Amino acid sequence: MRHLAENPAADFSQDTIWVVLGKALFVFVFLLVATILAIWGERRIVARMQSRPGPNRTGPFGLFQSVADGVKLLLKEDIIPKASDRIVFFGAPVVSAITCFLAFTVIPFGPAAKIPFTNITTPLQMTDLPVAVLFVLAVAAVGVYGIVLGGWSSGSTYPLLGGLRSSAQVISYEIAMGLALISVFLYAGSMSTSSIVAAQASGGRATLFGTTVDLPSWYALQLPVAFVIYCIAMVGETNRAPFDLPEAEGELVGGFHTEYSGAKFMMFFLAEYINLLTVSGIATTLFLGGWRAPWPLSAIGDGVLNTGWWPMLWFILKVFCFFFVFVWLRGTLPRLRYDQFMRFGWKFLIPAGLVWIMAVSFIRALRTQQVTDGQRYLLLAGLVVVLGIAFTGYLLQGRAEEQADEARRLVYGPELDPFEGGYPVPPMPGQTVRRSAGPVLAGRATVPARDVEAEATSDDEEVHGG
Amino acid sequence: MSQAHSWVVVAAVAAGGVLFFAVAMLANAALRPRVPTSEKLTTYESGVDPIGRGWSQIQVRYYLYAYLYVVFAVDAVYLFPWATVLASFGTAAVVEMGIFLGVLTLGLVHFWRRGALTWS
Repeated sequence: MRHLAENPAADFSQDTIWVVLGKALFVFVFLLVATILAIWGERRIVARMQSRPGPNRTGPFGLFQSVADGVKLLLKEDIIPKASDRIVFFGAPVVSAITCFLAFTVIPFGPAAKIPFTNITTPLQMTDLPVAVLFVLAVAAVGVYGIVLGGWSSGSTYPLLGGLRSSAQVISYEIAMGLALISVFLYAGSMSTSSIVAAQASGGRATLFGTTVDLPSWYALQLPVAFVIYCIAMVGETNRAPFDLPEAEGELVGGFHTEYSGAKFMMFFLAEYINLLTVSGIATTLFLGGWRAPWPLSAIGDGVLNTGWWPMLWFILKVFCFFFVFVWLRGTLPRLRYDQFMRFGWKFLIPAGLVWIMAVSFIRALRTQQVTDGQRYLLLAGLVVVLGIAFTGYLLQGRAEEQADEARRLVYGPELDPFEGGYPVPPMPGQTVRRSAGPVLAGRATVPARDVEAEATSDDEEVHGG
Repeated sequence: MSQAHSWVVVAAVAAGGVLFFAVAMLANAALRPRVPTSEKLTTYESGVDPIGRGWSQIQVRYYLYAYLYVVFAVDAVYLFPWATVLASFGTAAVVEMGIFLGVLTLGLVHFWRRGALTWS
């Protein structure tokens, strides 16, 4: 049996108490500064995507906007509504703020490096655990308490619904996230973050058409399905657009933090952005080779850019690339409806994750084990049968849902005029929306695009006929 | 470094988080004005006077998802260590986990067919 990979690859034996305290200080400062920059960057980028300047008054390029906002929030009156449960109302932001810092204790910023002016060599990582990634997921799950308690304790309808929505969303997508991570553990043989990064050092070699090629080492390329599932799940997990239903302004005002103000509101806001950095950091560590330099750079000078303090730069760049994608999504996609969102999570992401795990572990077992050809074909046949049954079930379920839609159409009618009651309402499942004639301009209704041609020909006929 | 040491570091960061929160709240307490009026302390209902309390009985559909979460979270806790040692156990472990996941999937399919996953 292999025990070697179960323990963290990083060696913390030289860490004195001062080194640990220094690293802790660094993590706190990094997270706070990164949050300030991230909020500024997000506002600038989204503004650019929406053709407006964004914050540009406070400091060069509006760089101090988030600092000014932080100071403003600290100067704000702290309002505790009469209807609220005072103790829980105070405790909820405590839970959110404390748990958000914890995940970064196990995320590696780099390999072992020498601290300047000393003889101490230490990994650029606070600590590592044999169950590091499980720890991160557990901390994220505890963070949900902050959301649900904050929503409940406000004693108000909007926060209560926002908190419930948010927690249902986070726990649903956390399952998909966990399922996506399993194939990484399978390949790395470890849950410790430093070991997973070490396992992505090289992807091995294969002979292809007579030439030897280096296989890609990043798990994003080796396990693309897991990477895609993780990326979708992390957007849902952090309540970000297009999955920002808990903060759907049109429906729930501010969601769970509607009643919060001042420093407590700041804590929720900070926790949200640190969680973004955390999921990006985990994605970088588990799928993008962690602190390792990307391919053309990693070849320079026998990998000199993978040593010393350089890796911290790659890590931070990769994290901010993920953050940019978050902002990009926000600037591009409209918000999903809640039923669409939950359907996507439970009926697509989670089954896909389960099938992916079974497929990867089967293939892995076939490749690594000493099995006879007979057993191999038996296993493959079993896999095909299982996938066939799953697919048939999926199709049957689709048929059943179509029948249900058909039944609903009989009850509610096949078409829905969304503006019948004076304000827009969404269609029931299976119903189609009747296209309205659009606004009436100069006495003539503008017609939907698909009817323009028909209209045009009839006009022509009229002209010719008359 | 021993494992206990690692957990001490985690605990120290948690303590740092408490300290950070305490400092922010104290700064807020020292700097903020305090002018409570009865309008400020009422529940926010988009400008409409609130009727009754926020904790009235409403239809909650979320508990089904909570049940499913418990099932699958426990499932993940089994799957994580299984994945790390799979290389040394081989085919038998894959088949056993396949059976386990099959049973769980059956549960998910049951939920699905009963319409628990359909938001209505």
